[in-house]
Amino acid sequence: MLSIKNLHASIEGTPILRGINLEVKAGEVHAIMGPTGSGKSTLASVLAGREEYEVTEGEVLFQGKELLPLSPEDRAREGVFLAFQYPIEIPGVSTTNFLRTALNQVREYRGQEPLDAVKFLSLMKEKMALVEIDQKLLSRSLNEGFSGGEKKRNEIFQMAMLEPVLSILDETDSGLDIDALRIVSNGVNKLKSEKTATIVVTHYQRLLDYIVPDFVHVLYKGRIVKSGTKELALELEEKGYDWIKEEVDSTATV
Amino acid sequence: MSKDNQILEDLTAKEYEHGWSVNFETDEAPMGLNEDIIRWISTKKEEPSWLLEWRLKAYKTWQAMSEPEWANVHYAKMDLQALRYYSAPKQSKKPKNINEVDPELIAIYERLGISLNEQKRLQGIAIDVVLDSVSVATTFKETLGKLGIIFCSFSEAVKEHPELIKKYLGSVVPMTDNYYAALNAAVFSDGSFCYIPKGVRCPMELSTYFRINAANTGQFERTLIVADDSSYVSYLEGCTAPQRDENQLHAAVVEIYAGAHAEVKYSTVQNWFPGDKDGKGGIYNFVTKRGICAGDHSKISWTQVETGSAVTWKYPSCILKGDYSIGEFYSVAVTNNYQQADTGTKMIHIGKNTKSRIVSKGISAGKSQNSYRGQVQVMKRAHNARNFSQCDSLLMGNQCGAHTFPYIDIANPSAKVEHEATTSKIGEDQIFYCNQRGIATEDAVALIVNGYAKEVLNQLPMEFAVEAQKLLALTLEGSVG
Ligand SMILES: Nc1ncnc2c1ncn2[C@@H]1O[C@H](COP(=O)(O)OP(=O)(O)OP(=O)(O)O)[C@@H](O)[C@H]1O
Ligand SMILES: [Mg+2]
Repeated sequence: MLSIKNLHASIEGTPILRGINLEVKAGEVHAIMGPTGSGKSTLASVLAGREEYEVTEGEVLFQGKELLPLSPEDRAREGVFLAFQYPIEIPGVSTTNFLRTALNQVREYRGQEPLDAVKFLSLMKEKMALVEIDQKLLSRSLNEGFSGGEKKRNEIFQMAMLEPVLSILDETDSGLDIDALRIVSNGVNKLKSEKTATIVVTHYQRLLDYIVPDFVHVLYKGRIVKSGTKELALELEEKGYDWIKEEVDSTATV
Repeated sequence: MSKDNQILEDLTAKEYEHGWSVNFETDEAPMGLNEDIIRWISTKKEEPSWLLEWRLKAYKTWQAMSEPEWANVHYAKMDLQALRYYSAPKQSKKPKNINEVDPELIAIYERLGISLNEQKRLQGIAIDVVLDSVSVATTFKETLGKLGIIFCSFSEAVKEHPELIKKYLGSVVPMTDNYYAALNAAVFSDGSFCYIPKGVRCPMELSTYFRINAANTGQFERTLIVADDSSYVSYLEGCTAPQRDENQLHAAVVEIYAGAHAEVKYSTVQNWFPGDKDGKGGIYNFVTKRGICAGDHSKISWTQVETGSAVTWKYPSCILKGDYSIGEFYSVAVTNNYQQADTGTKMIHIGKNTKSRIVSKGISAGKSQNSYRGQVQVMKRAHNARNFSQCDSLLMGNQCGAHTFPYIDIANPSAKVEHEATTSKIGEDQIFYCNQRGIATEDAVALIVNGYAKEVLNQLPMEFAVEAQKLLALTLEGSVG
């Protein structure tokens, strides 16, 4: 479904991604881990189409289509969803209103009729139950004054509403208490299907107990330096990153 | 070029929607301004002599005044002798009701999306339409008449209700008030008059729609709203003008009187032609609006959505004379391209326990300049006066300007005055976040701007709010990439 080939990207002339290769198939869950500052959020942003990042090399195919030439909104409409590490506040705009605009634009792109208020509301109700989110939160200004956990839960709610093909969750576990983590993970699991794929970016093995990955990758200095199965996450939890850093840094200097 | 700038430049590309004009036979005054012209207008309108005297006195006062220069606006002064002070569509006879109005005129308003057909109007809104210098139609007169509510053109009120006009005309905005108010007093042509008797709650929105059609014509209308004790009325004003290369002058006066326990809500969606992308043409909107809360426990609330005009100079104000009276001012002012707006309010606390609230949201894009100018004055005997002011500015791009000029003048130590101000930019972050959910940039800007202005838009009557939201989006279309 997603095929990243030799992806290089830089910001203001500084290379951040330095040759990423990744294959994600429908039905799979991939976890991306790695030390802070290694480029995980950058990868997510580049896939979502953030323009501050300049792609200097490589290509990305999404469902057989070149992804990189598409505008961010068209990528979203094609089914790429990014749950932000730091969700943005939009004062005066409720989640409900925001999602109604978003969903109808996505539907229009796909040649579907806009949802009327009644159908939209019933869809909301269904998805609210899925991530156990309070309706009151949805009528407040988007992310404004939300607690860390509320923001993350709201991201997953949006994901549920938009029904993406590829979901990229950037540290969705941070800021969640144990119960919220379980609820949000359950939500993500329920949204998974044979036709969709998920990339979870996380620092903690804990999340992967709930959202069980098929593959775990370690990103370091803009490259995927190690890939494995869920056991790799356990190993990292135990040993940290130093052994991988050493491995990479020593081969790099040779 | 950064994304922001690109977005901003595109946003400014939207054309004005109401820029067309229509040719029809008109009845016009000769060019220029002098005593004879004033007599000409007064004769044309078959006015009583006291009103002519009033006009001439205003004219004398005006001649001794000079154009104010303190506002933060810069424009080429208009040659007031090169203007026409009266232009009216020729109608064979005075229409008695809407069915007698020239269909051609009705068509103009249909084109603006305003139906004058009472049956066709979904919502209960009575409307007085003013084209150039005269009122051409007022709807729902009879329905309102049964409640004792008077809603008619100013000219008609002069004839039918001279005692009310004599009593209230110039009582809130004296003819000597300022340069434009004096000019208006001398040459005003028509406008709306509305009187709500004691204890009556007006069952529908009253509304005036102003349209400038003729070229080289100034529009000088007057609106007078009198809400007698314990009455309530919600009043709406809308306006558009054709697209022309030269500047046109609009110098209106609005006076509101609120008796004890009376409440008046006045909403405006101002959409005069703002000039083109390069700053050519557009309306000079120099308007004086003031209300007096004359009785105890009275309330006047101004809500304005200012999207049009090349230059705006406008400060809807409240004189809080009655004890426990309340004044409110809610404003969204958008400027784009080369528009300039200097707008705000004055809250003058005279009575005890008076309260005022100011919420001003400025949005500047393109190369425009947007200023908030507000005065809060607390007089000596205004014990326990309260004011809260919130002035926010939203900038789009880095070629525009936002300015805030608050004046606070307190003569009673028990006063409590709070002022908050913020300046923000539409962030690339916010736009990207919207994009990532599938929302196109243009719609993202509209969403963000409407969210920003929500507190003010919420004050508008439903039907108007929807219109205003669309207008905001339209004015800013293309200003973010
Ligand atoms: N706008 C920017 N300007 C300059 N440097 C940036 C910018 N954005 C990211 N970087 C740098 O790029 C590197 C990768 O950042 P990124 O956010 O992708 O890391 P990460 O792996 O997600 O880290 P974390 O685990 O802390 O979230 C960091 O060194 C960061 O400082
Ligand atoms: Mg990150």
